[in-house]
Amino acid sequence: MSQKSKAEELEALAAARWRVAAVLTAGMLVTYFGFILLVAYNKPLMGQQITPGLSLGILLGALVIGAAWVLTGIYVVWANNRYDKALHQYRR
Amino acid sequence: MNPQQAQTSIGQTNYTAIIFFLSFVGLTLAITYWAARKTKTTSEFFTAGGGVSALQNGFALAGDFMSAASFLGIAGLVALSGFDGLIYSVGWLVGWPVVTFLIAEPLRNLGKYTFADVVAYRLKQTPVRISAAIGTLTVVAFYLIAQMVGAGNLIHMLFGLSYEAAVVIVGVVMILYVLFGGMIATTWVQIVKAVLLLLGATALAVMVLMKFHFNPLELFQAAATQYGPEVLAPGKLVTNPLEAVSLGLGLMFGTAGLPHILMRFYTVPNAKAARSSVFYATGLIGYFYLVTFILGFGASVLMGRSAITAVDKGGNMAAPMLAEVVGGTPFLGFISAVAFATILAVVAGLTLSGAAALSHDLWTSVVRKGKSPEHEQLRVARLASLGLGILAIFLGIIFKGQNVAFMVGLAFAIAASANFPALLLSTLWKGFTTRGAVASMITGSVSAVLLIALSPTVMVELLGNKTAIFPLKNPGIVTMPLSFLVGWAVSLLAPEPEAADRYAEVRHRMHVGAEADVPDSAATTKPTVASVASPGPQTT
Repeated sequence: MSQKSKAEELEALAAARWRVAAVLTAGMLVTYFGFILLVAYNKPLMGQQITPGLSLGILLGALVIGAAWVLTGIYVVWANNRYDKALHQYRR
Repeated sequence: MNPQQAQTSIGQTNYTAIIFFLSFVGLTLAITYWAARKTKTTSEFFTAGGGVSALQNGFALAGDFMSAASFLGIAGLVALSGFDGLIYSVGWLVGWPVVTFLIAEPLRNLGKYTFADVVAYRLKQTPVRISAAIGTLTVVAFYLIAQMVGAGNLIHMLFGLSYEAAVVIVGVVMILYVLFGGMIATTWVQIVKAVLLLLGATALAVMVLMKFHFNPLELFQAAATQYGPEVLAPGKLVTNPLEAVSLGLGLMFGTAGLPHILMRFYTVPNAKAARSSVFYATGLIGYFYLVTFILGFGASVLMGRSAITAVDKGGNMAAPMLAEVVGGTPFLGFISAVAFATILAVVAGLTLSGAAALSHDLWTSVVRKGKSPEHEQLRVARLASLGLGILAIFLGIIFKGQNVAFMVGLAFAIAASANFPALLLSTLWKGFTTRGAVASMITGSVSAVLLIALSPTVMVELLGNKTAIFPLKNPGIVTMPLSFLVGWAVSLLAPEPEAADRYAEVRHRMHVGAEADVPDSAATTKPTVASVASPGPQTT
């Protein structure tokens, strides 16, 4: 394989990782700041109880914690499968 | 049980607690003894030789992050104000995904011991390392002071020891871990502590939930009945949206700039292990915060707020008091010992990262220009650890009785404004220059310190002025963009062609580089690239 196509391959690899990282980071930012802004601007809504004992705020807060873990999981699964395979290909 | 009159042995000498704590110290010192025999090189001292597994590192990362402040502080905040504690829990967790996506892999592939390795990779070593070390040491100093003062108060309350004795014990044991066992011992201290903390918090939560048919909602409902439905709704914590966003930015990106957290990415063998370890850590920390939330509500329902504030106005004793109510004095002893152990472990991690900045960044790279022999680097690293440990004890005693809670916020703000922007720009932007990096790091540190000094926390609460010059308690919303902007503008003013030329190399190593670190595959990679690319001195 020539040097040039090798460089292009790395370029594509870097771009792919950056795209995934940027999308997931944006997802986390939107989720978290969405939660914070709801807390700041609409306290009565967040205090509404869905069932006795469970307010919307508590549910959403727990969901943000869950989302953080799921988003990290998505990245790890993507990187361990797709990205590492592509890297392996590149290293050959 | 009479909630308002809950008897507590907090404040008296608690022998169970002392026995539990001594067993923890005994076990961890045995680990240190074992680790000391394996700690012969700087790589073993700073990064445990890169031989920590992803799961182990996940626990160690969680251990570094779950401080006594977050355990006792969040439980107390929830106990006294309900829902608001969850806002902090969420904020302290959401930085971790960002660390995984943006920082973990480039850091692992480009660096050796400190994040300055990454920033300085294609830039001029001396100025970049000096400014990175300033940022690191400032963060470490503020975080250390907060931990030491917290330790003194906490141990004084829980064990009945004097404040000074507590600070000295924490300092001396921590120095022993770091000085002799280096990163190997520190990692295992973190793992043991993380496991104990998770087990202790879980056991406590189970004992609380037992009284509510294992249904958290029944517990929340009981709290709402006792204190009104407001406890389940946002209260006074977030009144100003700008403040909320600023706090959020600081917490989120501060995590991605804390030197003792970033250093952990060098202890694993490769980028894959680095990303997996954050996944484990995120799960453990998220679980821990949810459990802490339950503990806070349990404390307010089972003991009553007035009983909690009678012991400590800030509510910091809510979790230990709850332990005594549901599990008796032995369980109080166990939880107290875990809280003490927690401080010890966090302080050890901080000291090690400070020592890395002093030895690796300042001494080896700046003073000796990379020409320092291995045994000398190790000696400087140990001297630095000793010095930082003594300084920590000294500062802990000086700040006795001061309200230092704002210092944790300050440490996060500096980490988010000084360290994170430079780190991100150096990996993502070809046009980043030495001057840009230095300007960005200095601007971040100085503006964060300055704005906190002018904030209501310091000017109104601490100094008793009527108003503050800067209206927000958290400066992140100003200082973070400022640091990015200054780094970008200064880089554009005077481009640095050599730095831009080397970006291809950075990108290659950032993505492929991990392989160069695996010794048995070294033959397949170009050795010249690996040795030139490795920042800092190559001593074998």
